[in-house]
Amino acid sequence: MTDTVETSTTAPAAAPTTETSTVELPRTREVTLTGGPPPGAAELEAREVGAWFGDRLVLEGVSLRMPAREVTALIGPSGCGKSTFLRILNRMHELVASASLSGEVLLDGQDIYAEGTRAQQVRLRIGMVFQKPNPFPAMSIRDNVLAGLKLAGVRCDDKNALVEQSLERAGLWREVRDRLGSPGGALSGGQQQRLCIARSLAVQPNVLLMDEPCSALDPTSTRRIEQTIAEIGHEVTVVIVTHNMQQAQRVSDHCAFFLAEENEPGRVVEHGPTERIFGSPEDERTHDYVNGRFG
Amino acid sequence: MTATLPRAEAVARRRPLAKRRPASTTPADRLAALGCAVSATLLTWFVMHLLLTSPGWLADLLVAYTLYLGMLYVVTRDRLGRLAAADRIVSTIVVTGALGLLIPLLLLLGYIVVAGAPHLGWGFFTHDMSAVGPTDPVSATGGLHAIVGTLEQTALTLVFVVPLGLLTAIFLNETRSRFRRPVRIMVDAMSGLPSIVAGLFVYAALIIPGIQAGVGLFSYNGLMATFALTMVMLPTVTRTVDVVLRLVPDGLREASLALGASRARTVWSVVLPTARTGVTTAVILGIARVAGETAPLLFTSFGSISMNTNPFSGPQESIPLFVYHYVKQPLSNVQQRGYVGALVLIMLIFALFALARLVGRDRSKRRARRTPNRTAQENR
Repeated sequence: MTDTVETSTTAPAAAPTTETSTVELPRTREVTLTGGPPPGAAELEAREVGAWFGDRLVLEGVSLRMPAREVTALIGPSGCGKSTFLRILNRMHELVASASLSGEVLLDGQDIYAEGTRAQQVRLRIGMVFQKPNPFPAMSIRDNVLAGLKLAGVRCDDKNALVEQSLERAGLWREVRDRLGSPGGALSGGQQQRLCIARSLAVQPNVLLMDEPCSALDPTSTRRIEQTIAEIGHEVTVVIVTHNMQQAQRVSDHCAFFLAEENEPGRVVEHGPTERIFGSPEDERTHDYVNGRFG
Repeated sequence: MTATLPRAEAVARRRPLAKRRPASTTPADRLAALGCAVSATLLTWFVMHLLLTSPGWLADLLVAYTLYLGMLYVVTRDRLGRLAAADRIVSTIVVTGALGLLIPLLLLLGYIVVAGAPHLGWGFFTHDMSAVGPTDPVSATGGLHAIVGTLEQTALTLVFVVPLGLLTAIFLNETRSRFRRPVRIMVDAMSGLPSIVAGLFVYAALIIPGIQAGVGLFSYNGLMATFALTMVMLPTVTRTVDVVLRLVPDGLREASLALGASRARTVWSVVLPTARTGVTTAVILGIARVAGETAPLLFTSFGSISMNTNPFSGPQESIPLFVYHYVKQPLSNVQQRGYVGALVLIMLIFALFALARLVGRDRSKRRARRTPNRTAQENR
């Protein structure tokens, strides 16, 4: 097992193929969850999404398709509604008291905001990793990984295997396997963030949202997490918000450029395959932004 | 090459590294402070007793302290400069303030211990006062009935307060109800409620109608005292738990919700465990407040000289009432029974503190202290 991890971590981030990640998981496939999300990745599609905080319109007319088993990056300057859009995708937006929204978000064709759909059920299928690492301080590393099961009432037949599988997918297993009982808060910032990724992966979600997961981390941890994204990007749908242009270029298959003009709500200026957005963007503003002329 | 070798040897032979702690006080500092103290004392004696007639020891103390500060400032300025002198003066004043707070507390504790300890025997914990006459020696005092009453009433109060207080604090913090503001105002107002009013309320609203209607439960007994104590303790616990829950970072709640947890599940499995130590402290503070309350008990549990283990029927003694009853008696040996009671009350509250600390200690932290050692050994 250690050997396979070795090869996957030393391989260049862009290179791992579907084969390497399946090689890594033969034992883990046996872990079955009951009450968890349906297996496999799911496609997300936003249709004419708009968002308000109080009376202020912050996002307007965003339509975006995030294909299954691919990494979609949301880029753009601060305050253009990327994070708001991301939080709309798993119904975290409605936790803000003054927030409201319009449009619909389809998860494999089903509107997650449809009448009778429970936010809990949606969030179980669409996991989220936050900007600031937030492991539960009252729980050990192991309990942190299993927290999702406990919190969402998902049952699992082999918890030890699930812990190992999740930590391995997040690239943390080798560093913490000797101290699974120590508290999650005792890890370094980069390790904490990978623990949070492991925690999100443990419930085997169909989609994983990441809100600037590397902005609080040093370059080494960032590289490690980018490798993790490249590896899990073949199993689940990943949507990542990033301020780092190079990161978007490195990890994503698709890219959407958000921009808010002065006193205007945020909109998607351009979206498409990452090579096209960075290589030959159609919109002049995209060209300026990806080449570092503003923002 | 040959030139570098001896130099390397010289480096290796250099004397061991001397540890320095710039923040610690040096012997010279202590000597200067001692010198200032001695000179200030002598100067005070000279001025206040040889030149003037001192009005009393307090004046001496004030003059000596002022002189000490002045001398310390001048001496330190000459030795280390103006900045260090100001720093030394402020540190001295802060330490004086801490001592000024600690000394009355220690005096009070010492007074009770000195007054009560000589008469405290095992007998206090084994029998009640029903067979003890006023002229019997102080060491014959029995307080078992009071201890039982205090423990039962405090425990019953906890049974009411902990769930109610936790739920109210959770309501104030974790919901978006419009009634949070009025509830918070009510809790604040209640925490300022004089405790005798709580007792009076129970007396007027429950006991008088209860006795008139002949309902046994609503007459003088431990339960009525518990109701009054609950009114005293509930706002304290609610407010403290409220503050503690507010300290739990929102990121943790979001993380939990993003994993598919319900709000109730988030509170139970994430927020409360994170705030565990703080919640325990809140409960300890509530216990300390309630175990020493006398006023709400005066006309609710009423007090008794004999053992009553049933808090639901009949007057019941408790330690504060015990102290209150005996300290105001005319005979000096009966008054001393009150001091014994006060000593036991203090010991009881200390014991409850220690117990609650033990229960509320952070388990994950203890584990953390153990684990790194183990892994360090494994790595070796």
